[in-house]
Amino acid sequence: MSAPASRPREVGHEAAPTVADGRYDVAVIGAGHNGLACAATLARSGRRVVVLEAAAQVGGAAVTGEIIPGFRVSRCAHLVDALAPALVRELELERHGLRFAVRGLDTLALAPGAPPLRIAAEAQRAGPALHAQCPADARALPQLLARLERFAGIIATLFDETPPRIGGDNADRLRLARLGWRLRRLGRAELRELLRIVGTNVADLLEEHLESDLLRGALAFDAVLGARLGPRSPNSLFTWLYRLAGRRRAGVGPSVIEGGMGALSEALARAAQARGVEIRTGAAVSAITVSDDRASGVRLASGEHIAARQVVSNADIKRTMHGLLGSAHIDTALVRRIGSVPTRGQTAKLNLALDALPTFAGVDPADMGGRLVIAPGIDYLESAFDHAKYGEYSQAPAMEITIPSLHDATLAPPGRHVLSALVQYAPADLGGGWDAARDAFEARIMATLAACAPDIEAKTLATELLTPLDIEREFLISGGHWHHAELGLERFLMLRPIAGMAQYATPVPGLFLCGADCHPGGGIMGVAGINAARRVLAERLP
Amino acid sequence: MKEHYRTPLLATPFHTRTQAAGRARVLSRWAGYSTVAVYTDVRLEYAAVRNQASVFDLSPMIKYRIEGPDAVGYLNRLVTRDVDKLAVGRVGYVVWCDDRGHVLDDGTLFRLEGQRFRLCAQDRHLPWLLDSALGFDVDIEEESEAVAALAVQGPSSCAVLRRLGLKHIETLRPFAVAEFAYRDRALTVSRTGFTGDLGYELWLAPSLAEPLWDDLMAAGQHMHITPIGSQALNLVRIEAGFLMPHVDFMPAAAAVRRTRGRSPFELGLARLVDFDKGHFNGRRALLEERRIGSRYRVVGLDIEGNKPARDAWIYYARRKRVGVVTSAMWSPTCKRNLAIATLEAGRESMWTDLWAEIFVNKELKWERIMARCRVVERPFYDPPRRTQTPAPDC
Repeated sequence: MSAPASRPREVGHEAAPTVADGRYDVAVIGAGHNGLACAATLARSGRRVVVLEAAAQVGGAAVTGEIIPGFRVSRCAHLVDALAPALVRELELERHGLRFAVRGLDTLALAPGAPPLRIAAEAQRAGPALHAQCPADARALPQLLARLERFAGIIATLFDETPPRIGGDNADRLRLARLGWRLRRLGRAELRELLRIVGTNVADLLEEHLESDLLRGALAFDAVLGARLGPRSPNSLFTWLYRLAGRRRAGVGPSVIEGGMGALSEALARAAQARGVEIRTGAAVSAITVSDDRASGVRLASGEHIAARQVVSNADIKRTMHGLLGSAHIDTALVRRIGSVPTRGQTAKLNLALDALPTFAGVDPADMGGRLVIAPGIDYLESAFDHAKYGEYSQAPAMEITIPSLHDATLAPPGRHVLSALVQYAPADLGGGWDAARDAFEARIMATLAACAPDIEAKTLATELLTPLDIEREFLISGGHWHHAELGLERFLMLRPIAGMAQYATPVPGLFLCGADCHPGGGIMGVAGINAARRVLAERLP
Repeated sequence: MKEHYRTPLLATPFHTRTQAAGRARVLSRWAGYSTVAVYTDVRLEYAAVRNQASVFDLSPMIKYRIEGPDAVGYLNRLVTRDVDKLAVGRVGYVVWCDDRGHVLDDGTLFRLEGQRFRLCAQDRHLPWLLDSALGFDVDIEEESEAVAALAVQGPSSCAVLRRLGLKHIETLRPFAVAEFAYRDRALTVSRTGFTGDLGYELWLAPSLAEPLWDDLMAAGQHMHITPIGSQALNLVRIEAGFLMPHVDFMPAAAAVRRTRGRSPFELGLARLVDFDKGHFNGRRALLEERRIGSRYRVVGLDIEGNKPARDAWIYYARRKRVGVVTSAMWSPTCKRNLAIATLEAGRESMWTDLWAEIFVNKELKWERIMARCRVVERPFYDPPRRTQTPAPDC
């Protein structure tokens, strides 16, 4: 989307509070979805908020871009499956222009030379959809999903809470006790099963319950998407539970937003502006200013200083604390711990402008609008990850593909299409660097696609590949990591992004974090922003 | 086949000389080096520091070169003092803390040039120093092996150095550092030391070490210049009231138990903490400590009697245990029974009724003595010559 069109208009009737003394209550760094959600929530409580975004448009990595003139696509993130319903409701995002092109996409597991498998978005439809091809799994999968969803349900209840501290106050103890009670209520057998599997790898569990390797591969892909994990890595079962928790809470499977992800960000921006938030795009923050050991505002790359009583950063923890704040303002042991937050992104994004709809072998044209996953088997996925472990890109990458133009005619000229794919593994720490390897990796992706859709190259008008390095450069995310920081048991709840900074506050008074590396974390969820706003509001303004 | 195991301890640049000196050498290990604890007799060596001139090989001291455009800013982030106020050619006593405000080590900071410093410490800290440098344009390098060091201390130390040919050494002020010409080479001399007496520390290239030792011995012969070991040094440093890491406090990084760390306030070093200079490691924790109060207080004690109160527990009103002695000695110079002790804080009203529980072995019969203690200022011993400038020439 071009910049002028993406500029959020002033909508709504609420009068924006004016900044009489030139000082804002809160400056939010970055207009990603969490930054906007945070800003809107703060403004609703009467804070005077300014959001400063380096890019020409709002949205961070949730933006719509143009591949070539006439072909628009979600530039980075492309599906939502964990968007907080409370966010949509309370910010009235639909009134501010949010439309879903399609909700609850089924997944088609693709394999070269084999018929695709349909995995229904809802657990209750999962059995019937599989029945014809793998009757045993048709019985086993719903049972497995039902159990995992019970577990995921417990995780989901934690999403809207500020993580409890260990050794904190009574409120912390109450939250911990509630978690304990919910776990206890699972019953002895289920709790035992949860403890048995929660730290393990997703491959073991899938191999224990399911027969079809194609099915296992596609499900395991959900567990490792965006993570530096293979299906046989410990923790990968937990990341799957996490994804299921997000979906369960959103109440619907993967969905496509009309106008691409940028439209969601614009709706968020309009909702924020309607509550009085001032949004400045093209305003790159170069530093967080500190006065008397308290965040006092931000300095823009232009040199302009914006004074604010509180500063909230939507940027990742490394960029915020080491880059914008400067490690001189924090103690050395903390500098070390922040430096060791895992931020090596593994996921690339491929956008294609297509002359016509490609033919995926064996896929019914009616199913082409689904979520197409190329991860045919656990070993396929694990082999793809093996490369990443040693700083190489996958020779046969795994992919999540959508053709959003099938649901949203505004994205491409009539009869033409755009394809959007998340591709793994593309390690941020690629040996030899990405600039030299981009073309070769793109060729590997196209070859992998062509194995399932032989005419894809013939129908491709233009390609656009965003490696983790591109994502880091364009969206200013350390390591180009989709979740700002790895998810996992060791980086969850009171440990996310690091112990001692899990409650959105930093050791520097007046400086807060609200990005995806805060609890509850990654994906287009928006909850970290809302939770952070609650924490910011709890502090009395200086 | 590597041969390193055949030399488990390294030799200092003065090794050939220290090994040849003395008659009844007791060796000890210091930072991986073989050093001398006693050359002949700890009492004679002690007396040399207070009455003549002594030399002590402190080459194993850990030394860092810290240099670059951001050196001052970096050091201000590292240590609790305001390094801006340390002039070129001056030496400052500094401590640096971890995130909890607990002291990692103490040391001396030499400002050799505007943006070039040397930090001397007891323990090794390179990873901490490097990690603290993120965002600063500064070069940090350990130079322990590249710099040999020798302390020349005692009432005659200035006279010895003058005879060595160091011109105008007597005008060097306490805590000043300057370069002197010696054998056509540069010899860095600071008027610093661990003895609390008139004295100097000499910093030099290792190749100069042996000639310097020989020249010093020749120049000081008529004053009975005496090599001293670490045991004698420990006695004079107690008299001087200096704290010894690992003895009087546990450096935070070496403590296994989190509560064993001690803050600068707890060590009685509040004067070294400058809250007005901007952020430094531990600042927020120390501000919080200042708000809620410290847990401990390190004090100097003057104890009745003449039995050293080594490892003694300190009691309030003879009954309630409130602290422990970490260093103790009978001071032949002060004629006082001295100790450095850690007391529980917040009990200053009790300081008037403190008792040390001293166990004395009297010909294989242990006796328990309850000796009255007075909290006194340190240094216990502070002769005027320590700070006199020009330094006395005797």
